[in-house]
Amino acid sequence: MGFENIVLGFHIAITPFNLLVAVVGITLGTIIGVLPGLGGANGVAILLPLTFRMPPTSAIILLTSLYWGALFGGAITSVLFNIPGEPWSVATTFDGYPLARQGKGAQALTAAFTSSFIGALFATLLITFFAPLLADVALHFGPPEFFAIQALTFSSFVGLGGGDPVKSFISIVVGLILAAVGLDIVTGQLRMTFGLTPLMSGFDFIVAVIGLFGIGEILVSVEEGLKFDGARTKMNLKVVFETWKTMGRYWRTFLRSCIIGFWMGFKPGGATPASFMAYAFAKRASKHPERFGKGELEGVVAPETAAHAAGVAAMLPMITLGIPGSPTAAVMFGGLIIWGLQPGPMLFKEQPDFVWGLIASMYTGNIIGVLMVLAFVPFFAAILRLPFAILTPFIVVICAIGAYAVHNNMIDIWYMIIFGVVGYVFKKLDYPLAPLVLALVLGDFAENALRQSLIMSQGTLLIFFRRPIAAAITVLAIFFLALPAITLWRRRREQRRVVR
Amino acid sequence: MRTADIITASLLTLLGAIVLVEAVRLGFRWGPDGPQSGFFPFWLAVILIGHGMAVVIRALRRHSDQPFVTREQFRSVLTVIGPAATMVLVTQFLGLYVASALYLGFYVRRVGHHSWTTALGLAVSLPVVTFVIFERWFLVPLPKGPLEAWLGY
Repeated sequence: MGFENIVLGFHIAITPFNLLVAVVGITLGTIIGVLPGLGGANGVAILLPLTFRMPPTSAIILLTSLYWGALFGGAITSVLFNIPGEPWSVATTFDGYPLARQGKGAQALTAAFTSSFIGALFATLLITFFAPLLADVALHFGPPEFFAIQALTFSSFVGLGGGDPVKSFISIVVGLILAAVGLDIVTGQLRMTFGLTPLMSGFDFIVAVIGLFGIGEILVSVEEGLKFDGARTKMNLKVVFETWKTMGRYWRTFLRSCIIGFWMGFKPGGATPASFMAYAFAKRASKHPERFGKGELEGVVAPETAAHAAGVAAMLPMITLGIPGSPTAAVMFGGLIIWGLQPGPMLFKEQPDFVWGLIASMYTGNIIGVLMVLAFVPFFAAILRLPFAILTPFIVVICAIGAYAVHNNMIDIWYMIIFGVVGYVFKKLDYPLAPLVLALVLGDFAENALRQSLIMSQGTLLIFFRRPIAAAITVLAIFFLALPAITLWRRRREQRRVVR
Repeated sequence: MRTADIITASLLTLLGAIVLVEAVRLGFRWGPDGPQSGFFPFWLAVILIGHGMAVVIRALRRHSDQPFVTREQFRSVLTVIGPAATMVLVTQFLGLYVASALYLGFYVRRVGHHSWTTALGLAVSLPVVTFVIFERWFLVPLPKGPLEAWLGY
């Protein structure tokens, strides 16, 4: 059944125009991934207004290619400059940078790109098979199931996000509150506008993403007194092929990291923990764990494979359930709505060209991507050698343009600056930003699903436990929410035992 | 870090309180045809107040640690956010193209201490390239001011 669909997808993805779009997307994405302050999420957000006039399929190919490019670009900065472009590249710096300092930058980069590619390919294959099945199941979902999934999304940030659970919870709630500002579409009442006209249209999450991740990120990095101490590298085909020959012996690491990445990426908030987990597992399974952190190729392979698999897997819940798994997927989710598509299971029934074109483009995009980054590493690395005093105003202007172009509204540029300051403070105080953005995107959907469920049940919350699928998901969500408390309690009990 | 933590969490708690008042005004109970407008915000506000206070209490019990920002760090943050905010203000009157040109020129020359040629070159070329990409290719209009009006756009 699925085979002719993917063939249809490839027919769409390999038209010359869409291939060109993919090349442009990957080039821009890699540049964005290399530049400090511009990551996948806000790169996609800034370019979103440019896609308003494109056909939706080409638009999503541009944005996803941008995302793959940003993932590749993150590896370049991690290995050569010891600067993780994205949180999930942190683990790549552990062994990537030492390798680059030893003059093995080319090997490290080849390994990183190859691992990224394999991780992405694995995740795309699984998406090809599982997406239609999952969408079929999701077609039977009602408001209670959707609300339960949304609750699960948020609670997994609290329980598994790795940060401070109390602050994660606050981030989510702030995002949901910001989403509620403006017109309440159910009752037609204005909420939390306090008579101020600019607040009536609410907060756009695209502007929030650009401010929080763009401006906020720049502020954090200038504060650290940014100095790029880059290792130089020469890429040539000989090194690439020689590194590829050694890749085979890491097949266990590849497989393990692929599975960790896919699983962690499928449930939200997982890409960063996935990369750390893959690294830790690789170290534990290695015969020479002491070499990790000093320049072991396997230490690059594991996190990169997992991060890329997770990045791709984050697309799966977005196209099947209408729940974005990462901030970048959240921005694309917003794009889908702007292009007039309804994210969620109906996409597979109503827009097969779009969905399968997108899935096929994940294959083509990643193949083009790995070849391009391998060929043009020196060019991309050169960008970071530009003086910071030129890069900073350049990035700020680009961010401002992106924020303005969403609604052609001047107030959005001010919001961007405010969100930038908030992002800086939150980041310094360990309030995670990703759940805030996701909550801002999903806020209205979550609220409506909750209200509809309550209307169905005449106001009792028991509806989330009476329907089997909703009940299972709700219980899991509550478990994740309680996980930090359980861990704390167990740790305390163990401590007490040790004292005795 | 501790003081900043307390201030931020207190502000968030205050935000929660404002939302709570607003939710009560909107009505947070069961209306004639389902939950009222304030229902969802009400519970969000309750959670926010609870967790905000938890952060404050936790921070109060902790000992003071390193400062949130050193004077030097704060200065470098200000050199970025100050000109950026000024640019946004100027955009309001002169349009984005002129504002970004002034901003780029200023930043590259004064903060980066690059040569006048570099500063002027960048200040002119970036807005021109932006104009071609956005207004011409993608038909996305950006804020314009008197200069663009004088040039006939």
